[in-house]
Amino acid sequence: MSLLIKGASVLGAEPTDVYVENGVISAVGRAVSAGERVETDTVVDADGLVLLPGLVDLHTHLRQPGREDAETVSSGAAAAAAGGFTAVLAMANTSPVTDTAEAAVSVWELGREAGLADVFPVGAVTKALAGEELAELSLMNRSRAGVRVFSDDGRCVSDPRVMRRALEYVKAFGGVISQHSQDPSLAPYGSACCHEGELSGRLGLPGWPGVAEEVIVARDVMLARHTGSRVHVAHASTAGTVEVLRWAKAQAEKDGTWAVTAEVTPHHLLLTTDLLAGYDPTFKVNPPLRPAEDVEALRAALADGTIDAVATDHAPHARQDKEHAFVDAAFGMLGLEEALSVVSTVMVSSGLMDWAAVARAMSFTPARIAGLEGHGRPIEVGEPANLTLVDPAATYLVDRDRSLSLSRNNPWHDRKLTGRVVSTYLRGNRTFGG
Amino acid sequence: MTRHLLSIDDVSADDIAKLFATAAEMHDVQKREVKKLPALRGRTVINLFFEDSTRTRSSFEIAGKWLSADVINLSAKGSSASKGESLRDTVLTVTAMGVDGLVMRHSASGAAHQVAGWLDIPVVNAGDGMHEHPTQALLDCYTLQRQLGGPGSLEGKRIAIVGDLTHSRVFRSNVKALGKLGASVVAVAPPTLMPAGIAEWAKADGFATSYDLDAVLPEVDAVMMLRVQRERMSGGYFPTSREYTVGYGLTRPRLGLLRDGAPILHPGPMNRGLEISPEAADAASSRILDQVSAGVAIRMSVLYHLLAGEESA
Ligand SMILES: [Zn+2]
Repeated sequence: MSLLIKGASVLGAEPTDVYVENGVISAVGRAVSAGERVETDTVVDADGLVLLPGLVDLHTHLRQPGREDAETVSSGAAAAAAGGFTAVLAMANTSPVTDTAEAAVSVWELGREAGLADVFPVGAVTKALAGEELAELSLMNRSRAGVRVFSDDGRCVSDPRVMRRALEYVKAFGGVISQHSQDPSLAPYGSACCHEGELSGRLGLPGWPGVAEEVIVARDVMLARHTGSRVHVAHASTAGTVEVLRWAKAQAEKDGTWAVTAEVTPHHLLLTTDLLAGYDPTFKVNPPLRPAEDVEALRAALADGTIDAVATDHAPHARQDKEHAFVDAAFGMLGLEEALSVVSTVMVSSGLMDWAAVARAMSFTPARIAGLEGHGRPIEVGEPANLTLVDPAATYLVDRDRSLSLSRNNPWHDRKLTGRVVSTYLRGNRTFGG
Repeated sequence: MTRHLLSIDDVSADDIAKLFATAAEMHDVQKREVKKLPALRGRTVINLFFEDSTRTRSSFEIAGKWLSADVINLSAKGSSASKGESLRDTVLTVTAMGVDGLVMRHSASGAAHQVAGWLDIPVVNAGDGMHEHPTQALLDCYTLQRQLGGPGSLEGKRIAIVGDLTHSRVFRSNVKALGKLGASVVAVAPPTLMPAGIAEWAKADGFATSYDLDAVLPEVDAVMMLRVQRERMSGGYFPTSREYTVGYGLTRPRLGLLRDGAPILHPGPMNRGLEISPEAADAASSRILDQVSAGVAIRMSVLYHLLAGEESA
């Protein structure tokens, strides 16, 4: 099995050829195609295309087990491949919750069977996401699924004592706690559904103030410092969080004994709270869409590295779960298939980031945060051929009905985006495109 | 007028004047021995209430019946979502029975807007969560206008709206309606019961806010008291009911701060002794019972304009 990608711009640099044999990159350089390697199974003309390492999503909801009508590991992996991802971390808030080694292995195996992207289960921090007792963190880590990222996502580990113990405990095997930062007494689960501000006041929607995120982020970085552990801030959504992160990262670098990382979603980089004026539950997400000032701060933080990674928070929902009154509708929106296009539109087209920076935020760094060894590797000889080809000039109108996800809660529907995934390769096998 | 009445945003000052003129005619009908008008004969209106409200539902029911419509009351409380049925499926099912208009009350803000987007028939918002209650605002303004001297009399008047602004759909609709009719509003509440972002909102929409009821009362031409929802007291919005009454109740001593004859309104049901004293509720200048009778006239007018069709409107 061999594959030759001709004339691709690796991470946005000068065009070159990349030759893949048996799932591993065996040669990189302009001479590859001109030389002796003519007997290639597949030749891809990548003129004008950018070649990136396969994207890695730190934050995906796959709904299996429990809500296979909304998404399965297999349909989610197909959507991931279509979005240029070769690895996704599947959040633990399934039904039942992924809080045991058996549950984790089962999700991991479903991913292997699908074969479209590597699916790494995230383990719950606490049993049944109840926030009280630690789940079997180390058993999940020792299992074949090799869990390294733990999160009660959907819920916050809001008890500081439990968070402290979790941070301490995962140090034994280099784990990280990915925190859904939401103080539930300031922003109650379920009911708080709209950024607290002038619009929530006018619409009469229960507010979710930015400070409910910021107090948890501030607390958690202090706990990470105290425990000498690693905390990851999921879906950062406010300028205040960025300020806390900036301080914390400087501190962590000085101390050298602990670490804080953070992710931002594509929707928090582009969409603003005013989309809620029509009460369309498509735009109901947790944390909520924020005002333009927050969006600006998040873009700047991603560009300067204060925010390390882009993660989708892909949250598929069956139609009937979104067709309720706004406050009763499910939280969450799709994200896998358009993530790269949104980042391209918002960050690359505007000059805030180049393709090397995109590779960092969507592949190298998330793989490092999650401790994945076969993903987020440089495009060099000897590395696994997890690759994504992108047409940086392609402009298209998103059509939610063309999604590979089983759900249709797509916030990008009818929106024009620039930059598009053309094809995706997992260990040299094409998982999407031509 | 627009096709639906979901919010005061749907009606212009001209529309409101038209609605009030029709309401005045309807109001006269109430004094007749035979109260029926044939305007909506053969039409069916559903009162779909996802949240209990005997007075609003009865008011719409009487309004529909006096216009000769067939009125069906449906209580959907806890019936759909608890069975897993979506709101969309519920309203599509209910209205598929050949309904000409839907009057809807729901505990969720925006529910009537969402439903209107799924249906081909006119929808009247009879209260949606903390968002709006447009017919209540119309009847409040109609009552005030009659009291203050008829059409145009709200122009330049100053009206206080007092109480739990955060959770009040009556406030949100009234601040818009009074503004459209040329009145200036001062919204009075403790800081914990002011909606998020009200400072920017007040600036944009041209109303004032105050924490000081005693300072406001002498300056206003009328006062609208809002109901305190007793369940809020445990939410830490204010320490005790006694403290609330001292700060924001329309107590007997405060009646003396009001200009002579300044109308007192309350959308009901009242918590006598909490936000309004018995003396204020029963004062000669209290227009609380007038609001109730105006409610039927306003709802007749709204149903007539939305459902009777162009030729008769
Ligand atoms: Zn989350």
